[in-house]
Amino acid sequence: MTVTVGIVVFPGTNCELDVIEAVAEVGGVGRLLWHGDSSVGGVDAVVVPGGFAHGDYLRPGAIARFSPMMESVGEFARAGGPVVGICNGFQVLTEAGLLPGALQKNAGLKFRCGLADLVVASNRSVLTTECVVGETLRIPINHFEGNYTCDAETLARLHAEDRIVVRYADNPNGSIDDIAGICNDGGNVVGLMPHPERASHPLLGSADGQKLFAGLLAGADATV
Amino acid sequence: MIFSATVQVTLRPGISDPAGSTIERSLPTLGFDGVTDVRVGKLVTFTISATDQAAARAEVDDMCRRFLSNPVIEDASVSLEQAAQAPA
Repeated sequence: MTVTVGIVVFPGTNCELDVIEAVAEVGGVGRLLWHGDSSVGGVDAVVVPGGFAHGDYLRPGAIARFSPMMESVGEFARAGGPVVGICNGFQVLTEAGLLPGALQKNAGLKFRCGLADLVVASNRSVLTTECVVGETLRIPINHFEGNYTCDAETLARLHAEDRIVVRYADNPNGSIDDIAGICNDGGNVVGLMPHPERASHPLLGSADGQKLFAGLLAGADATV
Repeated sequence: MIFSATVQVTLRPGISDPAGSTIERSLPTLGFDGVTDVRVGKLVTFTISATDQAAARAEVDDMCRRFLSNPVIEDASVSLEQAAQAPA
């Protein structure tokens, strides 16, 4: 069965077409979901892509989380549907309360852009089922507010419940515990700052993102 | 009644503030020595109509909790002042 991935578009989103390409590269179909609509419309998985939703005004994700589409994405996630937030999408998911913690300005106030080595810390998330714990993936980063932070209690819970999905081999932004991505307790909601859709073909410098999208599609297929 | 509200959003103690520390490190180059604990926040001002001060306060507090600040990393402090009555 062909898996359909809904890709949420806010005013200011700019990575949605890259996600469609990346999904197609591993055999899925991407469908854009406008933020003002109120239903995910029967898709098998949802990606909240990168960009600057609503101009990042107030805080990244602060306004986007109130859109009608995010309400539907929340319901989809709570019902066990796979939801992945990439970069700005990760910020939206934390603001929406679907993932704990928050993303702050990078340490050193540096906008970080380039290939990053990520170490897979858990393969129980829907994004990393095809990965081996400890393997390294080369995935680009491109962010100013990617410095993950949470209180000590939340961090202890993330550890205890095996919810840290990927870590930076060389921390670029000051993230607590080198965290690049986390998941919810069910493993079906994942947020990460790096952009796997930009590592979906060898011509782009890395095809390691394909493994993550393949995992997402396999997970989506299993929950349908 | 009309109130003018001032909401100050600041990073919670213990949350690192890269903007604040960058400003702090720059101050000595202008000759301002001895400055520490620089923190950068946001100021949001607006007018709000409510039946009384308590109602306005409740509304603004709710706004802060759900929208104007992210309680994971930020604190909000609110001050409310009754706006001058429009002439009859």
